[in-house]
Amino acid sequence: MANTEATATETEEEKVLTDLEKVGEPRAPRKKPNEINAEELTGQIETPKVQRDVADHKPYLCKPKSMEKLGFPSELRSDWHDAAIAKMGDLLKKYKALQVYMDICVKCGSCTDKCHYFIGTQDGNNMPVARAELFRKVYRKYFTTEGKILGKLAGAERFDLDLLGEWYSYFHQCSQCRRCSVFCPYGIDTAEISMAAREIMDHIGVGQKYTNDIIVKVHEVGNNLGMNPKALAATLESTEEDLEEETGQKIRLPLDVEGADVLMVTPSADFFASPHVESLLGYAKVMHQAGINWTFSSTASEAGNFGIFIGNYGQMQKVASRVQKAIEELRPKRLVVGECGHAWRIAYSFWNTIIGPFGSLDPNYPRPQHICEFTLDLYNRGAIKFDKSANDDRVVTMHDSCNVARGARMGDQRGGQFTIPRELIKASCNRYVDMDQDTIMEKTFCCGGGGGLLTDDLLELRVQGALPRMQALHKVRETHGVNFMACICAIDKAQFTKVMPKYGIPLSVCGGVHQLVASAIELGAKE
Amino acid sequence: MSFEFAGKTYETDDDGYLVNLDDWSQDVASYIAEMEGVDMTEAHWEVVNFLRDYYQEYNIAPAIKILIKEMKKMFGPEKGNSAYLYDLYPAGPALQACKIAGLPKPTGCV
Repeated sequence: MANTEATATETEEEKVLTDLEKVGEPRAPRKKPNEINAEELTGQIETPKVQRDVADHKPYLCKPKSMEKLGFPSELRSDWHDAAIAKMGDLLKKYKALQVYMDICVKCGSCTDKCHYFIGTQDGNNMPVARAELFRKVYRKYFTTEGKILGKLAGAERFDLDLLGEWYSYFHQCSQCRRCSVFCPYGIDTAEISMAAREIMDHIGVGQKYTNDIIVKVHEVGNNLGMNPKALAATLESTEEDLEEETGQKIRLPLDVEGADVLMVTPSADFFASPHVESLLGYAKVMHQAGINWTFSSTASEAGNFGIFIGNYGQMQKVASRVQKAIEELRPKRLVVGECGHAWRIAYSFWNTIIGPFGSLDPNYPRPQHICEFTLDLYNRGAIKFDKSANDDRVVTMHDSCNVARGARMGDQRGGQFTIPRELIKASCNRYVDMDQDTIMEKTFCCGGGGGLLTDDLLELRVQGALPRMQALHKVRETHGVNFMACICAIDKAQFTKVMPKYGIPLSVCGGVHQLVASAIELGAKE
Repeated sequence: MSFEFAGKTYETDDDGYLVNLDDWSQDVASYIAEMEGVDMTEAHWEVVNFLRDYYQEYNIAPAIKILIKEMKKMFGPEKGNSAYLYDLYPAGPALQACKIAGLPKPTGCV
């Protein structure tokens, strides 16, 4: 410290921050998000004027205890600089795509106005190219000849504490939604860069509280919520009571049934939160009416897998291994995944290699299968019937989840991840309308809470990031009277119900696809 | 983070939720409620006590549907509904009542 002779008053007023605290400390105090009047929504998504350093959001730092439990250093390593560069070198070698993304950008500008956080915050560093540049300038400094020799002239920069602070801020203002990559002529995937950045930060002792605490909870209790098997059983039982009261029928939500035909893995929020639980009722009604012997598992009581958000495939595999264990325990024939965006990406694109191949499952069905495909198939085969008029109070639109839209597929047709949920929605209601074409399907806008940012310490950012989706929703509310936006993702549902009131849009506008199914399905004796 | 109350320091998480369940007492709860701007009445305590009992049994706060249903069973339909609970705890029964009950903040995709 240069100034050790600070007066007593000064030291009292200015708390001396550790290096780690400096990295995690926002430059301005966290504030409550502005309420946005619905009348201010125009339905148009405008490209804002670029501003510098206005989005000083930083999430809470992960506490030492959770860091240790995940095998990360508990505090910022004293050799953090060298360790970070060495880790970057490892990742560049291991993930060839990352190396290509570092070298291939031509600064064409296609991505600049495509990020919802840029549109919502106006902060220049939230333009995908600028975000990636925070990583690239370190890369150039240590891994390219011109950067080593020419330094700043070649766009290279030494990795210092200030830059690490910017990394912590802006790589937690990326929800890894991949919308920018759709517009990049070279296919640069900023999500991969942001995942690598978070992996490097965890490796040197700079972790994010929300995501890391949740991964710890999955390892220790079994799901993101921290709901133990006893609480899960009690919750399912209580939900069965509700279903009986509503329908007069004994609709089961079975748990840990060995030899059941279908193992259902769903986000734990479906058991607990609103409107998530409405979709849970939908799954149960479908299984009941189709006469399917199915079960949840207390071992695999979570479809979500936050390992991907921190770019750590070891953690991702460890979280996913619970599903593998449940298959061994319960020996199901089929594996079905509930409404969860990133979970479906991992299930569809990663499970086969990290916990598969699923040799014990019936090869006549997709392994795993998405609940929308599962239900639509039953409907198309006549095993279940819908009364569309049950949803006549609704004008429905659909919000495509990023990870389903851009990181996975459903069924065996190209674009099945877009058509299957829409067909299912249209089968269960009479009035459906899509939002603006530039905001749906592969061009869908993030809800603003994905990628491990669904935490209240980032609430202001979450409200800002939801702006483009709110504009598109507002437009169809004005033009078509839309009053229900169907989602297939637990994060979407939690995020929208939290931020929509800030835009003057009622909570009830957000719900699940299987919430519509739950209303429309005809229960009782089959003809 | 932490706060001082009646000469004792209470450790909390970043959002002000008590870290140690055993630190909780009615007096501490009243103090947290005061900081939250909630004036604790008999009706408020009914919710807080139920949350604590449920937590003791299950190690997690109840789902909101369960809270509503159990309140209905115990105190009748006029107390077993969402509007009533939001009236008592304007920042949300899940977040605010849990905080006053000394339970950890519910997180996940909720």
